[in-house]
Amino acid sequence: MKQKRNRVIPGFGLTLGITVTMLSLLILLPLASVLIRSFELTPAEFWETITRSNVVGAFQTSILCALIAAAINCVFGLILAWILERYEFPGKRLIDGMIELPFALPTAVAGITLAKMYSDQGVLGQALSRIGIQGSYSRVGLVIALVFVGIPFVVRSIQPVLRKLPPSCEEAALMLGASRGFTFRHVILPELTPALLTGFGLALARGIGEYGSVIYISGNSSKNSTQVVSYVIMQKLNSGSADYVGAAAIALVLLAISFLLMFLLNLVQWFAARRTR
Amino acid sequence: MKQTKKARLSAGQIALIVIGVLFFAVMLVWPLVEVLYRALKGGWALYWSAVTAKTTLSALRVTLLAAVIALLVDTFFALAASWLLTKFEFRGKSVLTTLIDIPFSISPVIAGLAFIMMFGRSGLATPVVNWFNDTFGTDIALVFSIPGVVLATIFVTFPYVLRELLPAMNLQGCAEEEAAALLGAGGFTIFRRVTLPHIKWPLIYGMVLCAARAFGEFGAVYAVSKARGETFTLPLEVDALYMSGGAEAITQAFAVSSLLVLLALVMLILKNIAEWRAKKSY
Repeated sequence: MKQKRNRVIPGFGLTLGITVTMLSLLILLPLASVLIRSFELTPAEFWETITRSNVVGAFQTSILCALIAAAINCVFGLILAWILERYEFPGKRLIDGMIELPFALPTAVAGITLAKMYSDQGVLGQALSRIGIQGSYSRVGLVIALVFVGIPFVVRSIQPVLRKLPPSCEEAALMLGASRGFTFRHVILPELTPALLTGFGLALARGIGEYGSVIYISGNSSKNSTQVVSYVIMQKLNSGSADYVGAAAIALVLLAISFLLMFLLNLVQWFAARRTR
Repeated sequence: MKQTKKARLSAGQIALIVIGVLFFAVMLVWPLVEVLYRALKGGWALYWSAVTAKTTLSALRVTLLAAVIALLVDTFFALAASWLLTKFEFRGKSVLTTLIDIPFSISPVIAGLAFIMMFGRSGLATPVVNWFNDTFGTDIALVFSIPGVVLATIFVTFPYVLRELLPAMNLQGCAEEEAAALLGAGGFTIFRRVTLPHIKWPLIYGMVLCAARAFGEFGAVYAVSKARGETFTLPLEVDALYMSGGAEAITQAFAVSSLLVLLALVMLILKNIAEWRAKKSY
């Protein structure tokens, strides 16, 4: 422990006080109230609430679609990060500057736009239906929306690592006679794995809880298994009887999943930091 | 260096670029064009009436108000927390960092729910609010009201400024601040004269991202805002128009959306300027 006993820089107490107070009042206390309110249910009721078929179905839909979308994003995110860092081509600066668009564009706007684009009236929806795929109001649409919101996470996780990895590494491998595929798998990919996992995890966490961008395109039908967990929670809040406690119970499970993901992400980063040391 | 970059691209490399650009065009650019196309489908008159409708203007006011307050709160927090996290070593630091990141990874709907659980009917803090209102004769409501919208916006945007500020503060280290402190400067003087000039652009960059997120927040605000024309933000107005179902209403929804697209594009441009200036200042 090389803790500085005599702190030269002032402000420790003040900033600690501000940080902890604001964090507690604005974030932790509200979250704790979700936990406390869900304890109003007996364990049996709690179990019954979270194992209802529509709730389990929603969890399956959210997790499965977020997984698929995050995997798709890993592929395209890697390609985008790669061409942005390694090649010169016209329009590159524009693409680099617009990668964060899904962060900046309100999710509701993205949601209604994608829903129309991939519906039967949209150009892309018609193209998809010609090859027998229903875009909007299906799980395909849900995945498309999640790909949209998740892509910046992957690109922005990989870019800094690629920037630090000199092209001479790949060039050396190629010079020594390795094929492009071999170089990619054995030289580049191992370096990128922690960043790729981080991007995957962030996109996944975002996808599992996503609301605004998916509710319009998914159709929210429990029969077609296109309801997501966030939608089920919101439905409980807005229904006539306003089942707050039930909503809190489902939210608690969703929170647990998010925390587990966060923990795994921290673990990845910790391993990555240890490996490079 | 220049030479390797100018080298002719192989077929495989061109294929990668084409795939990347196509993905970018279809997934990111197309939706933007689609919004504008659908917004103007009904002609300029309809567009103008949708954009200047009373509910839209009210929503715009609420959106800007919530975003500005959230931005101020988040920035204040980010300055205090970044000072704490980069200038000092203390026990529990990593736990604190993890806790601050919570809003990044949880569903915005849960944020809205959390405030209802706190301040809504039979909420945990409702007695406190009621007591306050009775004692001081005020009529404060913390959910289904403007304060609720502001609180929900603060929740979802909470760590954004800090996230961008931390790397810059870390990079800068403590040497200059220590020197200033040993020379007898007070805390605020050190911050204003030594630290702030170094972190100005990363700070602005974080604030731009935070504002962009605040303008667009939907799930959290949706849970705590029910009165159209009073507590609705622009994204909620878009939702209300879109969900009302008529072809004209949907065009109006896209017209209101185009305002948000415009805001998003302005934010992206500002972000790139701030990023560019931040890079230049190192």
